[in-house]
Amino acid sequence: MKRKKNKNLILGGTITGIMLCLIAVGFFWTPYDPEAMDSANKLAGVSFSHLMGCDNFGRDIFSRVLKGSGTTLLVALGTVAIGAFFGLLIGAFTGYFGGIADEILMRINDVLFAFPSILLALVVISLLGSGTYNVIVALGIAFIPSFARIVRSEFLRCRDMDYIRSARLMGAKSLRIMFVHILPNTVPVLLSAVMIGFNNAVLAEAGMSYLGIGVQPPDASLGRMLSEAQTYLFSAPGYAVFPGIALILLVLGFSMLAEGIREQSEAGQG
Amino acid sequence: MGKEILRVEDVRIGFERERHSFFSGREKKEVLRGVTFSMQEGEVLGLVGESGCGKSTLSKVVLGLEKPDAGNVIHFSGRPQMVFQDPYGSLNPSRKIGWILEEPLRIRGGHSGQERREKALRMLQKVGLDEKMADRYPSQLSGGQRQRVCIGAALMMEPKLLVADEAVSALDVTIQAQIMELLLQLKEEMGLSILFISHDMRVVYQMSDRVMIMKDGRIIESGSADEVYFSPKQPYTRTLLEAAGILEERE
Repeated sequence: MKRKKNKNLILGGTITGIMLCLIAVGFFWTPYDPEAMDSANKLAGVSFSHLMGCDNFGRDIFSRVLKGSGTTLLVALGTVAIGAFFGLLIGAFTGYFGGIADEILMRINDVLFAFPSILLALVVISLLGSGTYNVIVALGIAFIPSFARIVRSEFLRCRDMDYIRSARLMGAKSLRIMFVHILPNTVPVLLSAVMIGFNNAVLAEAGMSYLGIGVQPPDASLGRMLSEAQTYLFSAPGYAVFPGIALILLVLGFSMLAEGIREQSEAGQG
Repeated sequence: MGKEILRVEDVRIGFERERHSFFSGREKKEVLRGVTFSMQEGEVLGLVGESGCGKSTLSKVVLGLEKPDAGNVIHFSGRPQMVFQDPYGSLNPSRKIGWILEEPLRIRGGHSGQERREKALRMLQKVGLDEKMADRYPSQLSGGQRQRVCIGAALMMEPKLLVADEAVSALDVTIQAQIMELLLQLKEEMGLSILFISHDMRVVYQMSDRVMIMKDGRIIESGSADEVYFSPKQPYTRTLLEAAGILEERE
């Protein structure tokens, strides 16, 4: 049988690749200083000198989109890293050992799960104060429960399989069984969870910055730019449209990539 | 023959039933009600009984996966290993065959990577598989091939006792015969003893030197395979033999 082409993987990979390249460029070079104001060019339209026009302070939007995508990506990656790492630890131990500790942790998890992650992050922000790094910590904590739950159910599924029993018979220690024998089997699910979590984190950061509790001015982030642009939606639509497009591409690219990887791994197993 | 390798003394075990309501008391279901037997070095001991009679629980107790409520299990030469029933669930799907065969050595320690690889490849040959299989994933193997890998992985620990719980029941008849032949051949080569558990009277007769018949958590009859099959003492044994169509053939 001829293998079908994995369109999600190809398209998602391309979009994500282009966005990552642009962000990498933005870290080292932008056409203008993203924070330099130029009162002569306030809300200027699209032109050759300003590819995406300028904002209400005369700052170059293209430069700010490059820089802002980078900030958004950093926040999303940090969030997912924290959420996935602690979620993995908690999920692995509760799923594998079960018992009282599992019950207690999972009930706490249920309570946390009941709050929207933005609300949970808001609580943490009000404790820590705002700022890019605090946003990462806040969102990261808010993302732990969903990862813990996914990992736990995977460990629960694998725990009683015969191959785990046979590893135990051969004298493998619990930690070895958990991280050498079970963990590789959770990779496809974990990978999708990371990708979906990444998308949610991008949107959550945008949402928090939009509410004014995320990344603080004058730093650029996509959500920050959208929130600043809403006042000028009709006079300078480009101000909102370009960061919006960047946001959509980032999320879409990663979604398709996640779906593509899942399809690929299913094709490999079957 | 003659050296004792396993002794099971009056083992009892019960499991608490799920409570149907909050108010109903805890019920205990006796699964093993005093099982005693011993195994000699180099023998194949067959254990037969209908499903639910406690065969699998007994195998878990022998392997130390389940702790008996009372009684003793004494191993005279090291840890036993096991071959499971379902060849699809007993190999880690995300690891290659070579890795699976090397893992017991990795757990035990004391081998270089190259030594492990060589031993794994030798074991593949021993269980009748091509060395190329080392780089395949379990999903790329047939049921019979997987069962060979399982046997190989269990033997990497160089156990003296192998517990085979319905090890050929999930395979079709021709493959079944091949795997049984492999087990007997490895038994001779490596001086194994095998506790062979099955519900299939015919398969057990082909494999075993001695046979035990189990019913409701007790061993009700035991003896050499020929004794049990040709002059059964218990009516239950006769019933089993009749059900398998073995008595009719003889008459």
